[in-house]
Amino acid sequence: MTKSVDAIVVGGGIHGCSTALHLCLAGLKPVLIEKDYAGRHASGVNAGGVRQLARHIPEIPLSIRSMGIWEKIKDLLDDDCSFESYGQVQVAENEEELAVCRARVAELNALGFTHEELIDAAELRRLVPAVAETCPGGVVSRRDGAANPAQTTTAFRRKAQQLGATVREGVAASNIRQSDGLWQVDVGAETFAAPVLVNAAGAWAGTIASALGEPVPVETVAPMLMITSRVPHFIDPVVILRGRKLSFKQFKNGTVLIGGGHLATPYQDRNETVLDWKSLATSARTVFELFPVMRSATIVRAWAGIEAKTKDDLPVLGPSSRHKGLYHQFGFSLHGFQLGPGAGAVMAELIVNGGTQTRIGDLGIDRFHPSTL
Amino acid sequence: MTVAPKREDYDVVVIGAGPAGLTAAATSAESGLSTLLLDENIGPGGQVFRAISSTPVTEHSQLGADYWVGADLVKTLRASTAEVIHRATVWSLDRNLDIAVSIGGASAFVKAQRVILATGALERPFPIPDWTLPGVMTAGAAQTMLKSSALVPDGRTVIAGQGPLLWLLAAQILRLGGRIDRILDTTERGNYFAALPHAFAFLTSPYFAKGLSMMREVKAKVQVVSGVTELAASGDGQLASVSYVAGGKRETIPVDLLLLHQGVVPNVNLAMAAGVDHRWDDLQLCWSPVLDASGNSSVAGIAIAGDGAGIGGANAAVVRGRIAARAAMEALAPAAAAKLPTMATLRADLAKAERGRVFIDTLFRPAPQFRIPVGDTIVCRCEEVTAKDVLDAVAIGATGPNQLKAYRRTGMGPCQGRLCGLTVTELMAQARGKTPQEIGYYRLRAPVKPITLAELAAVPKTEADIKAVVRG
Repeated sequence: MTKSVDAIVVGGGIHGCSTALHLCLAGLKPVLIEKDYAGRHASGVNAGGVRQLARHIPEIPLSIRSMGIWEKIKDLLDDDCSFESYGQVQVAENEEELAVCRARVAELNALGFTHEELIDAAELRRLVPAVAETCPGGVVSRRDGAANPAQTTTAFRRKAQQLGATVREGVAASNIRQSDGLWQVDVGAETFAAPVLVNAAGAWAGTIASALGEPVPVETVAPMLMITSRVPHFIDPVVILRGRKLSFKQFKNGTVLIGGGHLATPYQDRNETVLDWKSLATSARTVFELFPVMRSATIVRAWAGIEAKTKDDLPVLGPSSRHKGLYHQFGFSLHGFQLGPGAGAVMAELIVNGGTQTRIGDLGIDRFHPSTL
Repeated sequence: MTVAPKREDYDVVVIGAGPAGLTAAATSAESGLSTLLLDENIGPGGQVFRAISSTPVTEHSQLGADYWVGADLVKTLRASTAEVIHRATVWSLDRNLDIAVSIGGASAFVKAQRVILATGALERPFPIPDWTLPGVMTAGAAQTMLKSSALVPDGRTVIAGQGPLLWLLAAQILRLGGRIDRILDTTERGNYFAALPHAFAFLTSPYFAKGLSMMREVKAKVQVVSGVTELAASGDGQLASVSYVAGGKRETIPVDLLLLHQGVVPNVNLAMAAGVDHRWDDLQLCWSPVLDASGNSSVAGIAIAGDGAGIGGANAAVVRGRIAARAAMEALAPAAAAKLPTMATLRADLAKAERGRVFIDTLFRPAPQFRIPVGDTIVCRCEEVTAKDVLDAVAIGATGPNQLKAYRRTGMGPCQGRLCGLTVTELMAQARGKTPQEIGYYRLRAPVKPITLAELAAVPKTEADIKAVVRG
């Protein structure tokens, strides 16, 4: 027995959940299909950075759109998602790096973006008193912050469900096909049919796109994170570095999250990752040098979430270039969490209205069409 | 003295120097395999033979003949070529058999052809009201003090719970002149009937005579209250009293020390973090690794021996250590394996050593009210999460222990779930009408024991110290 719905969303990460919710808000009845549970992979276990700072220019409009939603996230989801906004700071460790920062902010300003602000050593010290005194300045994006990723993804899923989305967790979508203008997807013994299919399957999305004749240069990656025991409060904003791989965030309870994009080895078929401690040691050394206060903290846990990274580090967001009713939303390349709320809103507009006011033109899948590669 | 491992690669790395690890390492080294034994404690023995080389309790009858068996195992190990490092905390093991170990504040990495995990058991959580008060301890912690330092309680002391170790500890405390005011036995009356069909095997096992004489010895000196159905500690910042219900009657007694114990469960953290499959054991009410008859786990090259493979006691642990070592030899040095007793012989030895175990497991199966707390009773000590908090999280969509982390941070503190994991699984299973197997357990990750940032930072650099900027 085939169940008819308005849209089929494959993937229960923050993107799939956000799209499902925004479709519900637009009056549609989608089904959300997740092979594990919502937020099981990268969406639930990422650093939780809500960051406009240091983004690729083509995705800045989407990031700004998303930020507006983040700032009212409790109204949208009835859950504060532990969102806090103490800004994000990019630290330049020397004058050369500061010069790069200066050029970057000037470039953004010329394009009309004002969210990134150049700061000098004094302001840096005011925002991040614990940072090593040799750092000459950096960039701040003051509205940025962080949220709890698992809580957020679950809250999107829960709200979508409350507003009428059908949710299937624990069974993979299979046998994706199109017939008579309808997309049909099997979920265990069930079959769903809809005019719209959204491919938001994260690390598994590349395979789906390929099977539908739209291959994208995408690889599966697993960025590592580690967290420390509680240390006395010493920092409010999220800190990233201009020159080295590091992101750094202290939570209210005192624990400190250390990330930055060093990669584990993913074993996608087993939902597993094997950590690379030699790389994590590099992160530890960076923290050791920049934040002497952290030297005696203990590392209590490290992990990695599985996700998709495209060749150009930009997501694929928008309609298929081959099939009517097919939409792609994947490949967020280690920086998709903040974009989730906005991308879902944009995706719902594309589906319902056939277009969006948010500039996402550079994110289309057609940029990977064989003729353009 | 602190020494790093001599090599980067070993044929066999054994983790844990209790009965299983001592035996596995000695057997493996005797056969010519390069063998490294890493152990967290200051000397060999694990918990059963703790401080076997150093205990100040030298009168053999006080700790019992079973304890001194450990001395022979240590002698055999020391006569072998196995490299042994104590105070060595293995904090990471993965499916590639890469091992990270912290020794004297510095970390080293070694790789093994085979890993034998002999990480033993830990005490089952006993979450009663106010069990987190100073003055409430586990019986195991008390036994550690007794064995390593000959320290015994001298204030008003109550021991509550059940299981063979509880009686053993009570006997040891009394022999060393310690004080016990009362023993509150929480064994469910129904368990005696449930265990009856297994009684024959037990009656003909060595446990029977020993157990009986130990209980007699204790009961001659201490008031034992059986059939305890409720138990609570209380006090203002410090334990002051224990109240309990037995036979429908409530009693409250002032105490200085409450020792809790309701059995031991496999210490699964390292195995789980390495990706070894586990299943819920409905009889022992805990997670046990899925193993074949040679102790091999679901991860190629990782075998598990001793109580970490499922609670079987010290005698079974020794045999399992021998089986795991033989399996390693069959894989790496088949000619040497031929000199050992056959697998069939060893498995027959194991069956003998496990005789009577089902009876003990059935008799001492802890009662639900002592495993699955209610209301304001703390479940997770690290994050101070109560039973009610867990149920509230279930109500808004937390379906298992890993989702619960997002709401309550249970299992995310320094203990990595050792003190709350089983409670959380059973509590959520009950609340959601599912089996513990369906509910599952925390995904555990390295470091299995915390290491300092400074120690990690001091790990030798690799060429892959790339300076590209990628972040999430």
